[in-house]
Parts: sequence; C-alpha cells; structure tokens
Amino acid sequence: MTYIGKPNIVHPKAAKNSIGLSKRDYEGVVSTLCAGCGHDSITAAIIQAVFELDIQPHELGKMSGIGCSSKTPAYFVSQSHGFNSVHGRMPSVTTGANAANRDLTYIGVSGDGDSLSIGMGQFAHVIRRNLNMTYIIENNGVYGLTKGQYSASADIGSKAKKGPANQQKPIDPVSMGIALGATFVARGFSGDKEQLVPLIKAAIRHKGFGLLDIISPCVTFNDNVESTKSYSHVRKFYHQVIDTDFVPPADEIKAKYKKGEVMPIKLHDGSKIVFRKVDKQYDPTDRAGAYTYLRDSINKQEVITGLLYIDKECDDMHEIAQCSDRPLSKIPYEELVPGTGELAKIMNRFR
Amino acid sequence: MKPTNTQDPNYFHKVVDCQWACPAHTDVPRYIRMIAQGRFSDAYMVNRESNIFPGILGRVCDRPCEPACRRIRVEDKAVAICRLKRVAADHRDDISDRLPKAPSKKNGHKIALIGAGCASLAVANDLLPLGYEVTIFEALDKTGGLMRTNIPQFRLPPETLDEEIQYILDMGVDLKLGHRINSFDDFLEQGAFDAVFVGSGAPKGKELDLPGRFETNNVHIGIEWLESVAFEHIDSIGKKVLIIGVGNTAMDCCRSSLRIGAKEVKVMARKPRGFFKASDWELEDAEEENVEIIVNHSPKAFVIENHKLVGMLFEEMEYQIDDQGKIDRGKVVREKIIHCDDVILAIGQDNAFPWIERDIGIEFDKWDCPIVDETTMMSSRAGVFFGGDAAFGPKNIIWAVAHGHEAAISIHKYCSKEDLNDRLPPGMNLASQKMGMHEWSYSNDYDTSERRLMPHVDLKERFKQLDIEVELGFTLEQTIKEVERCLNCDVQTVFTANLCIECDACIDICPVDCLTITDNDEEDKLRARLTVPAENMEQDLYVSETLPQTERVMVKDEDLCIHCSLCAERCPTGAWDMQKSTLLLPYAKDEANSNIMSKVSNN
Repeated sequence: MTYIGKPNIVHPKAAKNSIGLSKRDYEGVVSTLCAGCGHDSITAAIIQAVFELDIQPHELGKMSGIGCSSKTPAYFVSQSHGFNSVHGRMPSVTTGANAANRDLTYIGVSGDGDSLSIGMGQFAHVIRRNLNMTYIIENNGVYGLTKGQYSASADIGSKAKKGPANQQKPIDPVSMGIALGATFVARGFSGDKEQLVPLIKAAIRHKGFGLLDIISPCVTFNDNVESTKSYSHVRKFYHQVIDTDFVPPADEIKAKYKKGEVMPIKLHDGSKIVFRKVDKQYDPTDRAGAYTYLRDSINKQEVITGLLYIDKECDDMHEIAQCSDRPLSKIPYEELVPGTGELAKIMNRFR
Repeated sequence: MKPTNTQDPNYFHKVVDCQWACPAHTDVPRYIRMIAQGRFSDAYMVNRESNIFPGILGRVCDRPCEPACRRIRVEDKAVAICRLKRVAADHRDDISDRLPKAPSKKNGHKIALIGAGCASLAVANDLLPLGYEVTIFEALDKTGGLMRTNIPQFRLPPETLDEEIQYILDMGVDLKLGHRINSFDDFLEQGAFDAVFVGSGAPKGKELDLPGRFETNNVHIGIEWLESVAFEHIDSIGKKVLIIGVGNTAMDCCRSSLRIGAKEVKVMARKPRGFFKASDWELEDAEEENVEIIVNHSPKAFVIENHKLVGMLFEEMEYQIDDQGKIDRGKVVREKIIHCDDVILAIGQDNAFPWIERDIGIEFDKWDCPIVDETTMMSSRAGVFFGGDAAFGPKNIIWAVAHGHEAAISIHKYCSKEDLNDRLPPGMNLASQKMGMHEWSYSNDYDTSERRLMPHVDLKERFKQLDIEVELGFTLEQTIKEVERCLNCDVQTVFTANLCIECDACIDICPVDCLTITDNDEEDKLRARLTVPAENMEQDLYVSETLPQTERVMVKDEDLCIHCSLCAERCPTGAWDMQKSTLLLPYAKDEANSNIMSKVSNN
C-alpha cells in the first residue's frame, strides 16, 4: 500500500457524467492490495462502468465475502451501501438485501476461493434464483490472502511461484454458470479494460443474474511464467470470441460493422448490447452451443473472453416470487406488517 | 510517435516548467526543497550559481517562472517562487567563504565592462575566478545601473543591492565610477583590453510629442524621473499626478509619487485590463496604495494655461475583442480633460548609443540596435560583446544575468582563441529518489494549501519615507506552508518499457489521469485519444518503447503530472521510478575546466 492518499485533485478537463459527477467521485479508499494486483484494475473498471452508467452512488449496494477480492468493495464508490459478509455467503446476504430493496443496483465481488470452494453451494443457488445482481469473480487461481495455495480454478500443470504444479481438475465458473442456467455469463481479463468496462455495464443493466468471471493475475504468488493465470500467459492465449459493446438507451449505435457481423440485443431498460462476432460459428443465445464451444476451447487451452451467453427473457427472483414492485424497504410499516389478525387470516387459508 | 529521447537534457528540463521559463535556468525545485529543510544558505548558493543576485531578484524579479508554474494549471495560483528566493536570502548565514574567489595569479587577459549594471556584474562574476583582470566603467557615481536608478528603494533596499554587488566587487574589480565613455572608437583604439562587454542598458525613456509637451516643466520622463528621485535630485511632486502608460515603470512612478507628496495619482491606460504590460502583482501592489487605473484613455494633448500645466486631454476609446482575445485599434467615443499638476511618461524605453560611432565595425539594425549574436552575445566586431538591455532592447534583470553568463563563456573562448560557437552542451543527471518500499527522498504528498500572501507594511506607515520597504518577507510559518506547494517537477517519472507487465496499476492510481496504454500513432491522434485528451500543445507527450506483452506503448501527458510518485509506488515491477533530474548548465568556469562531469559529483 501507499503511504500517501490519492491526492484530492481532479484533472480540470476530466469528463463529468450526466449527474454531474467525475470519475474521481466514484473512487473509494486507496487499495491495500499488492501493487499491480489485477483486482485493482477490475476496481478501476467498475468505477469507470458505474460512472458511465450515471449511477447515483447511494443507489448502489456493493457486496462481498472474504478474500483479497472481497476487500475490493472498499476501493470503489465510497458513498454507496456495502456489506462485507461471511466467507462464501455473499450470495445469500445479497439475496436478503435485494429482497428488502429491489431498487438498488447490486454488485457482488467474489473470488475463486470465495465462490468455487467455500461458497460453491451459495453460488449455485443464487444462479438458480436468477437474482438481479452483477456477480464478479476475481479469478487468480490462488488463495492470495493465505500466501498462494492453489484454488479450485487452478489449471492442471499450472505452477505458482513456489511448490509443485497443480494436479487437480479446475472448476470453470463460466461452464458451470452456463450449465446451471445462468442468464448472463461473460469472461473478461483485468488487463483489458476496453472489453471489461462494457461487459460490466451490460451485466449491471441485465435484469437477472449477471456472472462475470474475470481473470485477474496475482502479481505476488501467481504471475510467474509457468502459471496459466499470469499476465503474459493470459495475453498469449487470449481469444476474444465476441466483441461486446454496450449502448445506453438514448444513444444510437454508432460503430460501423459489416453486415451479418453484428447482433444487437435490446435489454429491458432500452439499452442495447451490440455483439460483433469474431468467430462466425458462435451464437451467444444458444446455451448448448456455447457450452460445447467453451469445453472445446478449454481443451485447446484458449482463454476465451466476451459475453458468452445471454438469456434476457428469463424472470428474475422478484418476478418468480411475484413480489411487490415497490421495494419492501419503502413500504410503510403498517402496510408491511398488517398485524396478527391478518396473519391468522393467511394461515387459515392453508388449513 | 518515436519513443521519447530522455537522454536529451532538454526533455526533462522542459518538464520543470519554472526552470525552463527562467532565462538563467535557476534550479527552483531544488532550492525550494533546501528551504523546506531549513538550509537557507544552501538555497541561496543554488540561486547564486545561476542568477547571481538572489536577494535582489527575490524582491524585484520579473518572475517568468511563476506564470509557467504547473500549479497554475493544476489549480489556480503559482508557487510563490520569487518570494521563497527572498526567504533564502533573508535567512542565510554568512556565506562569504562559499563565494567564488579570484586567484592571485592572473591569466593575463584584461576585460572592460561598460556599465555597472546587472549584465556587466554577471560577466565579472564569471570571469574573475578564472583569473581575468576586469575593469568596469560606469558613467554614474554609483554601481547597480537600473537596479539602483529605476527600482525604487521601497521595493529594493539599497543595502540589499550593495551587499550582493559587493560580493562581486570584492573579487577584485577595477571599478571606475563617474567615468562616461563618450567615444567608443577612441576607447577601442587605445587597445588596452582583450575584450569589451557593453552592458550599458536601455537608458532612454520614450518621448510623447503631443501639443503642449515642451511648454511646461511639469512633464517628466519616467526612468529619468525615477533616477532623479533615487539620487534625491527630486524630492517633491504636485498633488495630482497622471502617469501615462501602464507597464512596470509606470507602477514604480505612481508609487514613488505617493511617497514624495502626491495625493491623487491616476495611471492612464490606453487599453482595457488584460492588455497591460505591467505584471499582475505590480498592479495589485499599486492599487493597494489607492492608485487609480483609468482604462481606455488615449492621450491627445497637454493642457497648458498661463504657461502652467493644468491637465491633459484624452480620447476615450472603445475596443472590440475577438474570440482569439485580439483587440482592434479601437474607436474614439469622446474627448475628456483630466486635471493634474504633473505628468510622468512611462511608455517604454529605447536603446541609445550616441557614444558608439557607426563606422567602427559594429553594425546596427533599423531600430538602431546593435546586431548581436543570440548565442555568443558578440557584435559584428570581434571582441566586442553586448548583453542586458543594451543587446536586444529592454527586458529585465534575469535576462541580463543570463546574457552575462553566456557573454562570459564567449569572452573566455575568445581570449583562449577557441571557436565561440563550440560551446559545452548542457548535461542532465538522473538519480532515483527511492528510499524504501514507499518512501521517497522528497515530500511527495500533494498539499492543497493556497498561495501565501506577502505581508506588507501598514498603508499609513509606508508613505512616511521613500525607503521603507513595503514587503516584509514571508514569516517562517508562511514559508513552511509555501514550500510544500511546490510539486517537485524535477523529480521525474522515468519509465522502463521492458519491465512493464501492463497491469494498469499506474493508470488507475494517477490522480490527474496523465497515463494511457494504447496503440502507437501519430502525435495528434495519440493526443486525442488519451485518458484525458492532451490539449496543451506546449507540453510534451512521453512515449515509451514498445511494451513487451501487447506491443502497445505507454503514453504520459506531462501537462498536469503532480509528481506524487503514486505510479511508481503502485508499479509491481519498478517500471516506473521517480528520478531527480539535475540540469548541468555549463558556465565559463566549466568551459575553463572543460569537464562538465565534474559537476555531477557536486549534485
């Protein structure tokens, strides 16, 4: 970490968004992670995304569990709501928060340890609920906070800074997300913000569960040449299967693409995701096809990135449960808790 | 773009805006850090090396450094560089044993300096330690030139002036006061000197030949009037005074008038505010003393009644200013008489060389100025050098000093029969400032303090005598605050491309968004697509070698970097480092040693 805080001055010509805030207004405290950590870069991408989406800081909820990744919500949007919960339990805490106030934008930040080991059960069930949130896995293949043991996402044969190579099969959160029925599945890389920022924006605007697996090299324990999660390895095997652009509701699609290459998808709020296929075979709305493609790429050791699967028709948790459109937190107490008489009436209906 | 050549001493020098803007290239951040450490004498000596007169310049410098200060672009007000210079001078210990000394054994070359002003004194300062025998010829019976005659004592106390001039004279100058040279031809014919330097200033105030001008004795020429006041030949003036012109001489005239009897002083400006020649701070000081500045008045005639000046006739003007900020010639709206007892003309000054014959090999241009080589300061006659206002017309003290340094090099090379143009190039030394994991040898945290205000003598008190210095100098508390405002622009961000893993950490932490990793391109395209577009064309882009992983480049817009070191602190591989750049400027003594590297060990 640094000894001095980030100086509180802004470039006089720095851009402001439509609610009059500059990017600096979306910052948090200075990171205490190792210098060069991929997580910090993801933090910067989140800041950029919420800045560009004109999100009011107080309408954002940032949620996390335990781990290096789960420290990062402290480093963005200080003026928002936040909950640093128990290891692997961020999904259920977010479920509770979302149940109480569906109006907030929820960004959950987790890691490969927090989601794929201790929190695996919670992870599967939050997908099943299609909770309206953005779920970011900062994936570095090691437990950085406990000095670099392999995590469940480490590839076979990958070697960290110390010790023998990993021999156990990895769990790929993207394949699993698609298999479990997630409605928005993407992979990004902390070292490519040009792709990452639109992905985060699209995940935030997707109504339902937005899963973002972001390869985020651990500079201290897993950025050596033998590691498959190092900056250089990811860049070498990087395959952007689909180029994703996010276009807000009011804006026209300006980028010019060749015919047949482009596939715009309109989201519920009127914003659009514009896909440009790099690989013509790939269809991000075909769950089975996406899964097969993904397995193939893993066999080829490719790191495929982009918005890999989207289903924008599926209902989210509140729709499934037929909840009130009004957030529970905004319903007056008398209405929300009508008393024992009303409860008895309801109970009688089930007798 | 090609990778930036940081080996070129000019590249990092240019990043140090203040030092780059200073004609003498004073190492400003270095002396400000010394002041911060309480090393006032060291700070004084750093100043003296380049500008020779820290105490004088700390009061009356034209301060080209301050408008250039990066702090203006980052927020609004420059670091009070000039006033900190005075702090170094005010608080220094006895530094006499650290001054250059003239050797007892002379080198046999005799040099004549004409005029005992700042330019000549600078030449003497540089040549005496090399063993030259230096003679100064001064027409007046006091040294200092315009520093004494044109700058009022309430801005520059005579003791300060005498002390710093004496440092030079003490090295053994043959000083001939009251020795006016009336024929340069005769002077040169005597052949008593190996080289001659003319530092006689621009001593002729501009005339305003309007009707009535020569029908009264109450119209004065600014610089002549100031000289008469300085030498106490004039000790009073009328109650109502008009100053024509709004440059720095006008400011000295109006403020001097108030101290010798004027009660109502108006400075008459032809143009509106924003088009004045006077420095903002001099305007502020004059207005603080209730001098009224009247804009858009163009003088037309002196109003004389019964052989007595009673006022001046002006044309009131109206101007149009276009989008580029250019002003038109204006049109006359009406005429108006403003009553007064005296008028002082401060509308500029000219060079005047009635004593230089035009047939002795010194060529003059169409403005009757000598043709002088801008590098060597030599005229078209070999062995005759010019400097200060005498060379290129009226500038200021710090320019005169810069000319003096260059002329001294030339004179040395001329006397050594070397090529005057074959001069030592400036050098640059870079040294890492890393002291530990996240520790730097300088105060890297950004201090949001505002510029300190110079304390002044009470408004009533200051008019009692002509020589009460108005500015009191910064207090220690003010100094402590002000030094922290310096951004240490000489502590450079130095980038090593092959160490970079493109993790973006530096880009993300930079508080002023100066960094971008992008595909290389032509300069204008790169400028347009940086994190924040680089629109200040006067500030360079620092473009790295190709990065190893993606073959992109790191681009830094130097414009607003506050040198906070966070890019280097967040860099996991040490690709960024903070390195102090020290400009190694060659002086005559370095030419004599011909070994500029000897300076490196001193820094």
